[in-house]
Amino acid sequence: MPDPQRRARLFGGTREQRPGSFDSKLLSFAEDLREEGVAIGTSELLDSFEALGHVAWTQPADFREALAATLAKSPEDRRTFELVFERFFFRAAEAEATRHEVSEAGARATAADGTEIDLETLREQIAAALQDGSDAALRDLARLAIAAFARGEGSGVLGVDVQRIRRALGLRPEEGQQGERLTREQLRKFEAHLRRELERDLIARTAALPPKRPLTELDRALPTGPIQDLASVHRVVAQLKRRLATQGHELRGQKRRAHVDVRRTMRASLQTGGVPIALKYRPVRPRRPELFVLCDVSTSVTSASTFFLSVVHALHDAFRKLRSFVFIERISEVTEVFERERDFRAASEAVSRDAGVADVSGYTDYGRVWTEFLALIEDELHPRASVIVLGDARTNGRPAREDVFAAITAKAGRTFWLNPEPRLYWNYGDSVISSYEPYCTAFECWRTDQLEEFVKALTRPAA
Amino acid sequence: MPDSPASVQDVAGGLTSVGYLPGESTALVSFLAAKLGKPVLVEGPAGVGKTELAKALSRYLGRTLVRLQCYEGLDEAKALYEWNYRKQLLRIQAESEGAGWQDVQDDIFSEEFLLARPLMTAIASEEPVVLLIDEIDKTDQEFEAMLLELLSDFQISIPELGRIEARTQPVVLLTSNNTRELTEALKRRCLYLWLDYPSLEHELQIVRLHSPELDETIARRLVEIIQQVRDLDLKKPPSIAESIDWARTLLLLGADEIDATTFRETMSVIVKHRTDLDTVAERVGVKLADARPAA
Repeated sequence: MPDPQRRARLFGGTREQRPGSFDSKLLSFAEDLREEGVAIGTSELLDSFEALGHVAWTQPADFREALAATLAKSPEDRRTFELVFERFFFRAAEAEATRHEVSEAGARATAADGTEIDLETLREQIAAALQDGSDAALRDLARLAIAAFARGEGSGVLGVDVQRIRRALGLRPEEGQQGERLTREQLRKFEAHLRRELERDLIARTAALPPKRPLTELDRALPTGPIQDLASVHRVVAQLKRRLATQGHELRGQKRRAHVDVRRTMRASLQTGGVPIALKYRPVRPRRPELFVLCDVSTSVTSASTFFLSVVHALHDAFRKLRSFVFIERISEVTEVFERERDFRAASEAVSRDAGVADVSGYTDYGRVWTEFLALIEDELHPRASVIVLGDARTNGRPAREDVFAAITAKAGRTFWLNPEPRLYWNYGDSVISSYEPYCTAFECWRTDQLEEFVKALTRPAA
Repeated sequence: MPDSPASVQDVAGGLTSVGYLPGESTALVSFLAAKLGKPVLVEGPAGVGKTELAKALSRYLGRTLVRLQCYEGLDEAKALYEWNYRKQLLRIQAESEGAGWQDVQDDIFSEEFLLARPLMTAIASEEPVVLLIDEIDKTDQEFEAMLLELLSDFQISIPELGRIEARTQPVVLLTSNNTRELTEALKRRCLYLWLDYPSLEHELQIVRLHSPELDETIARRLVEIIQQVRDLDLKKPPSIAESIDWARTLLLLGADEIDATTFRETMSVIVKHRTDLDTVAERVGVKLADARPAA
């Protein structure tokens, strides 16, 4: 909970700060948003107060939009805003209800004679309400559904209960059929209603608010289609090219270690009768690191490999000393393919056509890949070389051989690992990233801004 | 011609009456912009009606639209003001002998010799205007910084003349395709509006509004196909502008059904990339061909 003194310091003491007053509610809402990483300045808060002066507060949509327009200033912030808004006002309303001991008698009563509810009608009603997009109807239906199915105390885990009820209702995204089909988005909406009603039930039962759940990375990620994803990948990759092309330029101005260019100094001295008055220095050229890129193209990373291949492609444009490899079960060098093909599409086709990755099973064998890589490249690795691995570190149960990986990283200067899975899934199932992590810098890389972070790390001069 | 709309519903109705169907947040933010006198930053994919919103607002409010199209390298001289130095030269040459330096200097740096560019025009206008700063993300950060004074205080400082303050409060819209992160300072001064692709029903209404002669069933089919195409992995997904164009094309051709042939022939209206054309033909066109014998 935000410290009231800090709040007073931040916003000045001009406004009345009665607990429970509208102002303080809004301020703590803003405080919640800040905790979730939305940068809200005092001026934004003042704007929102001013904006609220002009809209009807009784309209939930208007109220929310007015706040959103003044507080959330990017699509990402907007997404966070929606989530925090839901959470905050739901909790606020429930807290008030618990304080005044208001409970909805109706909801419990239906639960008692819930057997009357006809499954088929309920399903149709929900589908209809989802098509109309009416919130109030959906909420009532979610309650009915809970009354019908959630007899007893439930499993205690909200997410499990939600899924159980959804399955019991037979609601699933159907492909192909026009008209009656429920989109994933609509289902998610209904699930949100279910979750909220269950939560409300729980609060009513226990008469206490559960601790608020901070937003996870997954909540926060924008529900983007593949379109925006690929477009933004191209954008970041373009930016990456630019940044790689200009990196090291800032070093040019510093002439602490400048070498005298004898040839140019002599030539210049001819103007002054052979007396070298003006010294000419050798230009400081940015030092380009040598890169070795290893890219997993197995089926477990299918969705990410387009992304990765375009990164490799961009790297090829920027670095001359770059060797790239793709691997599944064994390793195969694709440096030439990328150097030959300027167009990314042609390059990725060529990789899939004649890279000749010997995949017998189609499953990644990291141990074997490391051994082959080391045998192939051992003599060329040196402390100025960087190794970049793009893969999910899922070994399919085969030996991880982190000792070989350690030998590679010991020879190379820096090693980076880009994992296309959210950090949440790391080391879960057959993912063995933790055994590699001590030897390299691992980045989760499933959003484009994470790729940018990696680029920053890559272009940062080695410490 | 309401100069200051009374409620959100007024704005929504007004915008509809001039041929722009606003989403719920669009109407609200426009209303707040008029009420609070704050600039609005409109972001979203290309072709969802960001620029159109400014035009519609100017029609609805009965104000002139002053438009500044941004591009890389846009500078003060082209956006704010410039001294008309030819005229200044003429003035100096026409000067009779004996006039003092001070007189001349006072004279040639007066408003008479100022060439007003869009931002200046918007500020100095007698009538309130709608100022549209289009594609602000195309300019560099320095230009953004220059805008700050204008956006927060509606004034421009000219070293030789002093401060020029707005005579009337313009409604300011900035649009951005989100190709570059705008500075916090700029965002802080603006209300934010994110325009996205509309829902099926909303888009249908928009298409119907723009080509009312088109049969309702075809219009619905058209919008459904557009939404399918948007789900594909395309370089440039079709936006509202493309839907409207397509509706008009179908009207012109007098098509009474969207079947595989019509789709193939008119596909280039909604898809603007060579590679995208193949993808769409493969994924959506095929489905249509299947649908025809059944119909």
